[in-house]
Amino acid sequence: MAINVKVMERPVGEVSYVRATLKGLALTLKHLVDPHRVTIQYPEEKWDLSPRWRGTHRMLTTEDGKAKCVACGLCPTVCPANCIKLVPGEDEVGNRYPLVFEIDEFRCIFCGYCQEVCPEEAIHLGRHYENAEFNRAQFVYDLERLTAQTHPVSTLWDPADPRGE
Amino acid sequence: MPLDPMQLEPAFWPFLIATVVKMLVVFTLYMVVVAYSTLAERKVSAWIQDRHGPNRVGPWGLFQVLADGVKNFVKEESMPGDVNKPTFLLAPAIAFTMALTAWAVIPFGAPLPTPWGKVDLIVADAPIGVLYPLAITSLGVYGIVLAGWSSNNKYSLLGGLRASAQMVSYEVAMGLSVVAVLLLMGNVSLPQVVALQAAGGWNVVLLSVAAFVFMVSAFAETNRVPFDMAEAESELIAGYHSEYSAMKFSMFFIAEYANMLTASAMFVTLFLGGWDIPFTDWDTTGPATVAKALATFAIFAAKIGAFMFFFIWIRWTLPRFRYDQLMSLGWKFMLPVALLYIVIVSTGMLLLDVAGVARGSGTYFLAFLGLNVVLMGLLFVILDRGRLISPASSRLERSRVERLRAVAAARSSIAAGEVR
Repeated sequence: MAINVKVMERPVGEVSYVRATLKGLALTLKHLVDPHRVTIQYPEEKWDLSPRWRGTHRMLTTEDGKAKCVACGLCPTVCPANCIKLVPGEDEVGNRYPLVFEIDEFRCIFCGYCQEVCPEEAIHLGRHYENAEFNRAQFVYDLERLTAQTHPVSTLWDPADPRGE
Repeated sequence: MPLDPMQLEPAFWPFLIATVVKMLVVFTLYMVVVAYSTLAERKVSAWIQDRHGPNRVGPWGLFQVLADGVKNFVKEESMPGDVNKPTFLLAPAIAFTMALTAWAVIPFGAPLPTPWGKVDLIVADAPIGVLYPLAITSLGVYGIVLAGWSSNNKYSLLGGLRASAQMVSYEVAMGLSVVAVLLLMGNVSLPQVVALQAAGGWNVVLLSVAAFVFMVSAFAETNRVPFDMAEAESELIAGYHSEYSAMKFSMFFIAEYANMLTASAMFVTLFLGGWDIPFTDWDTTGPATVAKALATFAIFAAKIGAFMFFFIWIRWTLPRFRYDQLMSLGWKFMLPVALLYIVIVSTGMLLLDVAGVARGSGTYFLAFLGLNVVLMGLLFVILDRGRLISPASSRLERSRVERLRAVAAARSSIAAGEVR
C-alpha cells in the first residue's frame, strides 16, 4: 500500500463490501424490472414543441397567396445577425412588396426579433426543427420557400402572461 | 430383458461420427450464443440504466448481432507501424481459441439414444476432466499478455501486465476452491461430478464457500468488472487491445464473452448440478430418452443463462477495484479462505466417515449444509468488516494510522518549508 493513500476510519457498519454490493445489486435490479424510460423513439415518436419554440422561418400569406410582407425594411434592420436580405419593389398602384427576401438560416440566431418587429405579422419563426439539406446553399431560404412552409408558427412571449396560460 | 441397441455404447465408427457432429453443433451453438450475449449485455445494461438499448436492426434489435458482424468484417484492419507482427496477429487467435477449447469436457445433457447407440452429450469425456479447462483457461492469459506486449504501446503493455498478474493470482484461489469440490466428489471427471450432485445435492449448498471463491475468481479470470484492470478505460484507454481494430478487435471481444460462457459452464457444472433438473429423479434414473436429453439440455442452458445474466448484472452495478485492492483480495483473502476451507471440508468428511454417515445420504447433506451456513455467516459477518476489500476504507491498527499521519504531517511541513 502506498503511504499516501488517505486512511479513513469508518464505523464497522459502513465498511462491509458484501452488504454494499447487495444493496447496489438490488438497486440495479429494481431499475431493470421497473425502468423509468425517458427516451423518445425519435422518428416514430416526436416531442411536443413549446408554443414559443423558435425554429426556421415561415412567411405568412394573404388570402390570394401573396406574401404579407410590405418590404418596410424593419426586419433586416433589427436583425442582430444580419441574415435577412431584402430588396423592396413597388407595383403600379404603389403597393410595396419584396422583390428579394432571403434569410440565411446558417447566420440566423433565432432570436425572434424579426417576428416581433414585423408590422404586418408576415415573417414568423416556426415550431419546426427537421432542417437537414444536402448542401449549404439550400439553407438560404428565399421568398418562395418561406411562403411554401406549412409548419405551425411560434407565438411570442407575452409579458402579461409569462407562463403562456 | 433383451438389450436395446439404443441404450448401448456406440461402436467405433458411429462414435467417431457422433463426436464430429457434436463438435460442429457445440461450435455453432457456442458462436451464436457468444454473439447474442453481446446483445444481451447491451440490452441489460440499457435496461439497468433506464435506456432502450439497440432496437433498430430487426425486431427488438435482434439482428444487431449480424450488423455488428458484417461491420467488423468489412472494416479496415489497421496495423500500427512498430508492432511485432507475428505475435500481434497470433494474440487474438490464442485468446479466442483457448476460451473455445475449454468447452470440450463440459457435459451439456443426459445421454441421447440413437439407432446406433447411446451418445453422451459431451464432446470429450476426458479422464482428467476438471483439470483440463483449468489448464486451458490459464493458457488464455497468453493471448492478452502477447497482445499487450506486441502492440508496442505503453498502455497496452500495462494492461497486459496487469492481466497476467491478476489472472495468475486468482487462478490459485480458483484451483484451491475446485480442490474442495474434488475432495467431496472424489472424482475429477465432470460427468461423474454431475451425477454425484444429482444424487447427493448440489455443491453450491454443500460447498458454498468454495462456490463463492470460485465465482469471484471466475470474474477475475474473465477480466470482467469489478476486475477489469486489464482494460480500465479510464486509465489505460482500452488496455491490451488499444491497438487492435476490425476483426482482430472483434476476436478479443468474442474471447471475452466466450470466456464468460466457459466460466459459467464451469460454475454450473461444478456447483449448480450441471444438467441435473432439480427436485426430480426423472432425468437421472431409468433408460435414456430423447425427451430427457432435450429437457436436461434446456435446464443446462437456463442455468448458464442465469449465470451469464449475473455476470452482466454485476458489471453494470459495481465499480472497478483499485489494483492494490485487487491483489490484496486475491492473496490475503481468497487464498487463505480457500486453503482453510479445504482443511475444514476434509476434516468434516473425516468426522462424518468416522461417525459412519454414508456419502450422499440425507444426514451427510444436512451436516454439510449446517457447516456451510455457519461458515458463510462467519465469512460475511466477521471477515467482511473492512477486511474483504482493504485498505482504503479498512480498520487499520490505531498505531499504524498514527504513524502514517505523522509521516504525512512531516512531509507537508517539509514541503511548506521549501515553499517559504
